[in-house]
Amino acid sequence: MANGIPRVPVREQLPEARAKNFDEVCYGYNAEEAVLEASRCLHCRNPRCVAACPVSIKIPEFISMVASGDFSAAAGIIAEDSSLPAICGRVCPQETQCEGSCILGVKGEAVAIGKLERFVADWNRQNGDRKVKPAASNGYKVAVIGSGPAGLACASDLAKLGYEVTIFEALHKPGGVLQYGIPEFRLPKDTVVEPEIADVMALGVKIETNVIAGRTITVDSLMDEEGYSAVFIGSGAGLPKFMNIPGENLNGVFSANEFLTRNNLMKAYRSDYRTPVHTGNKVVVVGGGNVAMDAARTALRLGAETTIVYRRTEKELPARREEVHHAKEEGIRFELLTNPVEILGDDKGWVRGIRCIRMELGEPDESGRRSPVPIPGSEFEISTDSVIMSLGTSPNPLIARTTSGLETNRRGCLVADEDGRTAREGVFAGGDAVTGAATVILAMGAGRKAAAAIDRYIKEKEGQQKN
Amino acid sequence: MYKIVSKEMLTPTICRMKVDAPRLAASAYPGQFLIVRPEEHGERIPLTISDFDREAGTVTIVTQKIGASTSQICSFEAGDSFADVVGPLGIPSDFTAESLDMLKGRKYIFIAGGVGTAPVYPQVKWLHERGVAVDVIVGAKNSGLLIYKKEMAEVCDNLYICTDDGSEGFHGMVTAMLEKLVADGRSYTQAVAIGPMIMMKFATLTAKKLGFPITVSLNTLMVDGTGMCGACRVTVAGKTRFACVEGPEFNGYDVDFDEAMRRQTMYRSEELAENDHECKIGRG
Ligand SMILES: Cc1cc2nc3c(=O)[nH]c(=O)nc-3n(C[C@H](O)[C@H](O)[C@H](O)COP(=O)(O)OP(=O)(O)OC[C@H]3O[C@@H](n4cnc5c(N)ncnc54)[C@H](O)[C@@H]3O)c2cc1C
Ligand SMILES: Cc1cc2nc3c(=O)[nH]c(=O)nc-3n(C[C@H](O)[C@H](O)[C@H](O)COP(=O)(O)OP(=O)(O)OC[C@H]3O[C@@H](n4cnc5c(N)ncnc54)[C@H](O)[C@@H]3O)c2cc1C
Ligand code: SF4
Ligand code: SF4
Ligand code: FES
Repeated sequence: MANGIPRVPVREQLPEARAKNFDEVCYGYNAEEAVLEASRCLHCRNPRCVAACPVSIKIPEFISMVASGDFSAAAGIIAEDSSLPAICGRVCPQETQCEGSCILGVKGEAVAIGKLERFVADWNRQNGDRKVKPAASNGYKVAVIGSGPAGLACASDLAKLGYEVTIFEALHKPGGVLQYGIPEFRLPKDTVVEPEIADVMALGVKIETNVIAGRTITVDSLMDEEGYSAVFIGSGAGLPKFMNIPGENLNGVFSANEFLTRNNLMKAYRSDYRTPVHTGNKVVVVGGGNVAMDAARTALRLGAETTIVYRRTEKELPARREEVHHAKEEGIRFELLTNPVEILGDDKGWVRGIRCIRMELGEPDESGRRSPVPIPGSEFEISTDSVIMSLGTSPNPLIARTTSGLETNRRGCLVADEDGRTAREGVFAGGDAVTGAATVILAMGAGRKAAAAIDRYIKEKEGQQKN
Repeated sequence: MYKIVSKEMLTPTICRMKVDAPRLAASAYPGQFLIVRPEEHGERIPLTISDFDREAGTVTIVTQKIGASTSQICSFEAGDSFADVVGPLGIPSDFTAESLDMLKGRKYIFIAGGVGTAPVYPQVKWLHERGVAVDVIVGAKNSGLLIYKKEMAEVCDNLYICTDDGSEGFHGMVTAMLEKLVADGRSYTQAVAIGPMIMMKFATLTAKKLGFPITVSLNTLMVDGTGMCGACRVTVAGKTRFACVEGPEFNGYDVDFDEAMRRQTMYRSEELAENDHECKIGRG
């Protein structure tokens, strides 16, 4: 280690306190802590951390600016590669990306790259010069469908190049999963998400909420009737999966999307909102990803005794490690190597329990993962008032069905190349709509690549017309 | 913001509003619905598009006060604005995609219950304007709760009114009226029922008995209306379907109405507790 000091711990709300509120769990570093943590970085000549960041943020460079106390310069360096650092610093799975490859992690603890990124972004939001001006218009209109990280990133890059960009969003608030999925205690809406969106709008991007592509408008109508030169589709992967086991339509069984949307987008946890939500005294959440952790920790905060049921072991939990750690600290129970087989109802059709079977890990499958197999005769019941299914999501078929010339693959994802080009000329796509449920940083990266490709496409066409 | 252009009370508990929503009006078809969020703290409430005027850019909604949110919608006045109106949602009625020749060979009977009369109206109007034979049965608890009598009479061949208490028209339920019409020698090839879930269930049983197909429009709980949450799931022909994107209209024979009715009551206890809570802090 550069200076031999251990990784600077980050201050957090105490588990007992935060289990009862929706305030952000992690306070983040203050300036002093950030400078100290930054001083641990070795400034590797071939930084493995950068190679492991999906958007190749110049990590040693920004960290050395933090170490020298020039936070504004650090923000500038991050901004070259990321347009949503306050968000990615909070939600990236750092342990499998940047920090997972940090050289310091081999023998000791990786540099807290995510926490430093978050510090710089938060500092910049509060103190930095954030006066952005819209660029002069180049006269071309581009439409962006969906206002999640992919759409926001694509829109802001295009706006900086002078395009007149309008984002069309189906819900009543922009932000995609950042708004309706990830809870307040992990990603504050008023202080983090909304300022990021305000920044995009300050570049001159217009956002029309309550517009559903495929219903209110179509890709074809945007291009043929409204004069858009290109369209970017960043509609995410919002369609929830169910298990198709008996009892899934009982009262008290919800998709994680419904449960989280009621709480995040529609603020059911606040008494000044009308949105109802049902938890009961006990909740079982099925699944092991970030979505499952978010649903479980939300249910806990609403007062329920909460259990996560997951069919593999802790090692395979796909959630960010920090979330699993936080969930455990807060008192969430884990039933690992366990899979539901049936949801049990009472005589009024409400959930009273869930029957599960124990699993063991069998031989590795094609993907190299050892797949769980049920242990015969090991069935048992957990009594519960609600069941929240978080088994993953896939892209909504609405846009593919209503747009001519788009291709989808077997999993319902839009087919697009590295630069986001689809089979249809002038139509680009990226983010979860193309990859299936993935991460914020990948969606943002895809949006930016598509923005560059859209710019090239429009300029090429313009060139052809001039000749 | 979506401005309310006009408002009238059709009965003491049912209001009709015209709302400015040009993009929505431009793309709406009979059978589709929209979602209103009255104000920032409000719920997202699904309502059928009862009419649309593409030129004026307005849509018409007819709302019955049954709980806190529908009462809130009805408390808005002309000149006020809703925070959000989104749509059109759902798949248009099947007949809007069928050939006129096919439709002309049919004889439709629409069965409307209570506030369900409003969603029936654009469908009947659409068919009647194209010369298709349409009869309509409208039912309500009593004479004072009947809506759309005059409008409906103008766009159908025969209108049959019935009330549970006999205060107007036929004394009895819409299902008894339907059986009577058939007994009197009228014949139909397609029925459409829209109203309370329980009424659609019995209308379906009656249509089955009389031997003609029936379409129903399911008013399930909903949140987003775009296929993202699954709150609207119903069992149709043994399979789970999302009413907001695969409906709201389904073949009545295939619908598990008992499950659908049970799922509608999901938030009843929460809503009651909420109302209770409001009373205690004096908001009534
Ligand atoms: C609960 C939850 C927790 C997560 N936690 C993490 C995490 O910790 N770290 C991480 O990296 N990733 C996490 N993810 C994944 C991450 O949020 C997504 O990969 C990312 O948001 C994808 O971005 P996107 O822009 O492609 O789509 P989305 O964020 O899904 O945005 C798509 C937007 O398009 C809109 N839309 C859809 N269809 C239409 C249409 N027809 N017309 C108009 N608009 C439309 C949607 O309403 C939505 O606003 C999480 C996801 C969930 C659900
Ligand atoms: C596709 C669709 C179209 C609709 N069209 C219309 C319309 O044109 N006009 C109209 O007035 N209403 C319509 N509805 C019903 C309307 O959305 C509900 O009345 C409303 O959501 C109830 O909200 P609330 O807060 O006022 O009542 P709540 O307090 O939520 O509910 C009061 C009582 O009504 C029951 N309930 C809740 N939601 C529904 C529902 N969706 N349907 C039936 N009962 C329910 C509850 O179990 C409770 O007992 C439609 C619903 C759908 C899904
Ligand atoms: S964007 Fe994500 S992966 Fe890249 S440096 Fe930041 S936290 Fe790490
Ligand atoms: S790998 Fe670790 S030590 Fe090396 S530059 Fe990256 S953050 Fe610094
Ligand atoms: S209302 Fe959410 S999926 Fe139908």
